[in-house]
Amino acid sequence: MDQELLLWVRGAGLQIATAVFVLGMSYRMLHLLMLGRKKSLAAARGSEWAGGLRTMWRRSFVLPELSPRGRFTVVSGYLFHIGFFVTFFFLSQHIALLRAVLGFGWPALPRGVIDIAAVLSLAAMIALLAHRLVDPVKRLLSDFQDYLTWTLSFLPLLTGFMLLREIGFEYVTLLTLHIASVELLLVAAPFTKLAHMFSTFIARWYSGAANGFKGIDA
Amino acid sequence: MSTSLQRGIASFIGQIDAPMASFFTSCVHCGLCADACLFYTETQDPKYTPIHKLEPLRRVWQQEYTFWGKLMKKAGLSKPVTDEELAEWEPLVYDSCTLCGRCSLACPVGNDIVYMVRKMREGMVASGHAPEGLKGATQRAVELGSPMGVNINTLRAQIKHAEKETGLTVPLDVEGADYMLVLSSAEVADYPEVISAVTRIFQQAGVSWTIASDGFEGTNSGIQIGSSDLAAELLGRIVRAAERLKVKYVISPECGHAYTALRWEGPNLIGRPYPFEVVHIIELLDQLRSEGRLKTEGMDETRMTFHDPCQMVRRGGVVEQPRNLMHMVAPNFVEMPDAGVQNWCCGGGGGVSANHRAEPVRLQVFSRKKAQLDAIDVKTIVTSCSNCRTMLMDGLEHNHMPHEVVGLTELVAAHLADDKGGNTP
Repeated sequence: MDQELLLWVRGAGLQIATAVFVLGMSYRMLHLLMLGRKKSLAAARGSEWAGGLRTMWRRSFVLPELSPRGRFTVVSGYLFHIGFFVTFFFLSQHIALLRAVLGFGWPALPRGVIDIAAVLSLAAMIALLAHRLVDPVKRLLSDFQDYLTWTLSFLPLLTGFMLLREIGFEYVTLLTLHIASVELLLVAAPFTKLAHMFSTFIARWYSGAANGFKGIDA
Repeated sequence: MSTSLQRGIASFIGQIDAPMASFFTSCVHCGLCADACLFYTETQDPKYTPIHKLEPLRRVWQQEYTFWGKLMKKAGLSKPVTDEELAEWEPLVYDSCTLCGRCSLACPVGNDIVYMVRKMREGMVASGHAPEGLKGATQRAVELGSPMGVNINTLRAQIKHAEKETGLTVPLDVEGADYMLVLSSAEVADYPEVISAVTRIFQQAGVSWTIASDGFEGTNSGIQIGSSDLAAELLGRIVRAAERLKVKYVISPECGHAYTALRWEGPNLIGRPYPFEVVHIIELLDQLRSEGRLKTEGMDETRMTFHDPCQMVRRGGVVEQPRNLMHMVAPNFVEMPDAGVQNWCCGGGGGVSANHRAEPVRLQVFSRKKAQLDAIDVKTIVTSCSNCRTMLMDGLEHNHMPHEVVGLTELVAAHLADDKGGNTP
């Protein structure tokens, strides 16, 4: 693959993708919030904000007792998300890029840790996909978007890992593929269920606020 | 498209607010809500997965409120919601959901799934897809004043009986009383002993109270079927009575959805705040206990447990109060596994008990309650919802289980100290 394509992908391409992501996601979240809700006229027993913030935080950690299939989903889900975030935020190359954009950076994690995180994340994703195909509940719920977003999330991890290890293709090709796959993810995120990366916290706030209003510690 | 379907879809569209949009946007189809729903855990049928029960509503949201959905709809590539589909979903939305809200606590992205089911029922009613049993109950409530056909004459007869039993006067239509007691039809019809119990407790505690002849029925079938108009009509009767009698407080009965209707949905249904406060009878009894106005004597040594009514506990926040009362009189009180906000539903809430078609699946999923009870080996189950009480007795009977089911207010009243009137049961 030629250098020119790489230049476009890492230059204008990345800028366009980032702009679509930022503008699209802002629009999606604002559009959602602007639907509003009726303020309850009932007498409050507790605080909406306290409940909302508590659930935003706590729902990441506190889950009810789970069945074996539920445990599988939760463990794989954690592994995938943590692995994804660790590789995204703590690989030295990523930090360098973010430093160029943001003007500040943070210490990177050693390559060995990143490798482990990436492999665990990839393995968890494959396990989750397999589970989606065989588990009767997930199979019933799943639609095209579930598989599309799985693919869009899997490709950056896969190409990134191949790039670090220089597996399969030459460096320029792998770098081009990696950045392009990230761009696809960025462009699709605001318009697919990948938007849950932000809307989850809004959902948790509303849910927690409703409980907080009633004075329920949940 | 039929007019009723149009009405239903329009209602769906109107139900979508910011919380709903954030919930649908956030769902990643992880299926964890299935494990929280007794209809799934007890049948292992994936169609009972809570979020799946919302599929028609989700598609309306997608087609009306999202970029791709709108695009696909314009291109004619989206699947419209049909009458056949809503008919297929009716049993999922009504027969196999008790609005217990356990799924809402299990969702990792924080979706309040039961909030959505409650709203989906608005569209189901509007499109004519509500179960006959629940339609009948709601019609009776609107026309006769109660889903069970209980009227003021039934109440008067029960009051007379309670007065004879206690030797006390049951105040009816007393203007200027502090508290107005609301009852559920099931209490008036099947558990009238609660009237004697409350009368004796309030006599001891010196509570100024009354019952209103034109606003005593707390059961709100409108909430259960999902019709805000009818719910407001039923609730309005209580509000008008409370305003007529100028009471400071309205007491919600031992009835789960009556509490939800009165305490949380009511002011929104009638479009204004109340000029009075709403307290659950159990909240009030616990308050009287903490003020030293409710005194009991003697203990019931029976090994007993407390069944948490979903609407009072998980969806209502009255969690510790029933336990405080239990500890007053029951030294051998033990908790079921998952007690408190994670308790499992009796299986008949949210209108399921009024829906005869749902009976087989309701009795099937009682296996969850059976397992909870089998784990603790108790003789007596105490609860504070007359519908739970009936559903528990039905499930126990069906499973040939010997447990006794008792209302918490009656249990407390049976141990009232220095009680001059009546016999303790």
